[in-house]
Amino acid sequence: MSLSVRFNHIVKEFGKVAVLHGVDFALEPGRVVGLLGENGAGKSTLMKILAGYERPTGGQLVIDGAERHFASAREAESLGIALIHQEFNLAEHLTIAQNIFLGHEKTRGGLLDRRAMAIEAAGYLEQVGLARDPHTPVSELIVAEKQLVEIAKALSRKARLLIMDEPTASLSAGETSKLFALMARLKAEGVTIVYISHKLDEMEAHTDEVVVMRDGKFVTRALTSDVNRRQMANLMVGRDVSDMFPPKQEAPAGAPVLLRVSGLDVPGWVEKLGFEVRAGEILGFAGLVGAGRTEAFEAILGLRPRRSGRIEIDGQAVDIRSPREAMQHGLTYLSEDRKGKGLHVDLGLRENLTMMTLERDARPWVDLKAGRAALQKAIADFGIRLRDPDCVARSLSGGNQQKLALAKYLHSDPRVIVLDEPTRGVDVGAKRDIYALIHRLAGEGRAVIVISSELIELIGLSHRVAVLHGGRLQAVLGPDQLSEENIISHATDTQHTRH
Amino acid sequence: MQPTPNTPATEPSFQGGAGKPLVASLPRLKGLGPALALVLLCIAGGLLNPDFATFDNLMNVLTRTAFIGIIAVGMTFVVVSGGIDLSVGSMAALIAGVMIVAMNALATGANPPGAVSIVLLGIGLALAFGAVFGILHGFLIARGRIEAFIVTLGTLGVFRAVLTWLSDGGALTLDFTLSETYSPVYYQSLLGVPVPVWVFALVALLGALILNRTAYGQHVQAIGSNEQVARYAAIRVDRVKVLTYLLLGVCVAIATILYVPRLGSATPTTGILWELEAIAAVVVGGTSLRGGSGRVMGTVVGAILLSVIGNILNLTSIISVHLNPAVQGLVIIAVAYLQRGRR
Repeated sequence: MSLSVRFNHIVKEFGKVAVLHGVDFALEPGRVVGLLGENGAGKSTLMKILAGYERPTGGQLVIDGAERHFASAREAESLGIALIHQEFNLAEHLTIAQNIFLGHEKTRGGLLDRRAMAIEAAGYLEQVGLARDPHTPVSELIVAEKQLVEIAKALSRKARLLIMDEPTASLSAGETSKLFALMARLKAEGVTIVYISHKLDEMEAHTDEVVVMRDGKFVTRALTSDVNRRQMANLMVGRDVSDMFPPKQEAPAGAPVLLRVSGLDVPGWVEKLGFEVRAGEILGFAGLVGAGRTEAFEAILGLRPRRSGRIEIDGQAVDIRSPREAMQHGLTYLSEDRKGKGLHVDLGLRENLTMMTLERDARPWVDLKAGRAALQKAIADFGIRLRDPDCVARSLSGGNQQKLALAKYLHSDPRVIVLDEPTRGVDVGAKRDIYALIHRLAGEGRAVIVISSELIELIGLSHRVAVLHGGRLQAVLGPDQLSEENIISHATDTQHTRH
Repeated sequence: MQPTPNTPATEPSFQGGAGKPLVASLPRLKGLGPALALVLLCIAGGLLNPDFATFDNLMNVLTRTAFIGIIAVGMTFVVVSGGIDLSVGSMAALIAGVMIVAMNALATGANPPGAVSIVLLGIGLALAFGAVFGILHGFLIARGRIEAFIVTLGTLGVFRAVLTWLSDGGALTLDFTLSETYSPVYYQSLLGVPVPVWVFALVALLGALILNRTAYGQHVQAIGSNEQVARYAAIRVDRVKVLTYLLLGVCVAIATILYVPRLGSATPTTGILWELEAIAAVVVGGTSLRGGSGRVMGTVVGAILLSVIGNILNLTSIISVHLNPAVQGLVIIAVAYLQRGRR
């Protein structure tokens, strides 16, 4: 039933660039193995080789004692190896059931057996805890639900080895705990699970052992019970990650309010939302997936219709109808969806960096030299690591793309900056850089709003945290009220009234 | 320019222009493909027929390329932004028709102004019509949220039908004296180079400058690459899109202004299939129909390449003249095959 895997000196090169330099290790059957490593360490590439999406340049892949050369993901699947992608591979216009059985459709008498597929799909959806009709088109699902469909799809392939790449990045706390229950059940059935995540608390709680990769090489493995989070982080980075968060500066009490929102109504998402941020302050926004945090800010930017709401910037009431008008008032918003809304991944780094300020700086010709100088400065200031400054944004690792996106949205020198999930899918080292940057921005007298699903991040960074539940503001927690329990109870609306 | 103290440089970060890898310059070389093909084609043409490599023939080819070339420059903006315009041939025909009708009316009316004034008024009218048609397209596409393909497929029919109605199915012919005054715009040369070639060069140069070196041009590319990202990046997406169609409309008007003095008439077959030739020039020049990136100079080379093929076939009679479009069609497919992206 179970499946054993051995990587023998796996090498992978993309053109001249080697991503894997001879990786050696084995995956024992029936265990949950946490695969740790910074972005660019080669975890995803190795797993794509295992699942048949990429072919190794050198070395052998040995499965159940036999060397294998997968020509396609389908061949790997036939052995029971399934990869749940970090980026979804779903056909948006098809239904959940159609997606689950895509390429493996059930037929009866040469025609599709829709009924049988719907019934079976419903069973998988129940296992992953998604309460949706299998006939729902995938385009109607939110990100977290799509993630669950991906997992249901893997289940339908009767996987004996399941690779999960950052499955919880978009899941809420409730969905995450359901996923871990499912993982425990699969493990009991003998399924081997490779779990990739940047969330070390999840690694600690739900894996049997961890394998650490760095710079395209296997570094070490250890029983999860033998290492703590701190040691895991140090192994990944290869140096001591002392405090992730810079020490908090005192929130400036007398500083002017830079952004004040009151009575914001976004049809279908947010009701009567009001809050304010002062210069030099970091305000966190907590809430479950679907609580309306992103939607509230998209409405403030004019990207979504708002029914009512008053927005004041620096004491002046403003009417913002587009991101451009927001920028002119000194407000920018970096979306959580980096590839879909944040960066032009097919354009160059300079083009991305200067995109928002082109019109302001052109006279009338775009000054390419100034743009290149600005890129050099951003590379240094934001610690962007790259091989070639003429490359396109897509070729940067996740953490460096995020730093570029931050640089882009700060290039217009905004006074109020809204960062939506600024460290999603970003490794420990880059996270630390981004936290330091956020502190620097506040230190410069800007107002910073951080929307995040990572409670530790919100607590470690923010002066105050606003908690949303079902589109309503539940609480704004001050410095001495910031605890995980407190935030969760407000986010889930289960707080006990304390007197 | 000092690095942040919190940023440990465990990997070497980029250190400036020194030691720039050779690979970085490859994308630029890739853009030379069409130009290289053109050079090879010209050498082949010269070997096949000595008449090909003469200055007169060269100017002849360039003059004939000017109409499609000018339209293709405007089309480049539309395609790079992720749009398309199928109506340009019909639009040219209608503008030509309107110009001729209006100029004739002025010339035959009471107290006619001088011929030169009439021609200038006609030119102004053509530009105005091109701009208005372009803005109309832009609004329907950007504000009305209708597919560009559908909008311009619709106007393709409308424009040509109106022209056919104006001409009553026959030809609209420019008044003889006006034709005399107007003809130098097509037939005259400056420093040995025909006027249409000068205009073509000017439009191309301006187009390249706008696309590559202005904020507007970069916004056009950004929208074609990913409209959503552009919207979030404070770009006025609708305005930029409307402007691409306006630019194309003006280019069509300029091409028409050069075309009318050539024959002095407009018929229901004027400008037929120009849209396909213009789009082909854009694609052969290396601009992806998916949008996001493109080069005006590539389009210019593409337009010249297509007419050089026709010219060589005409001069050498290797195959029947009737099969010229077939050869051009095959070249378009071959070039697209060579330039296709991976996957």
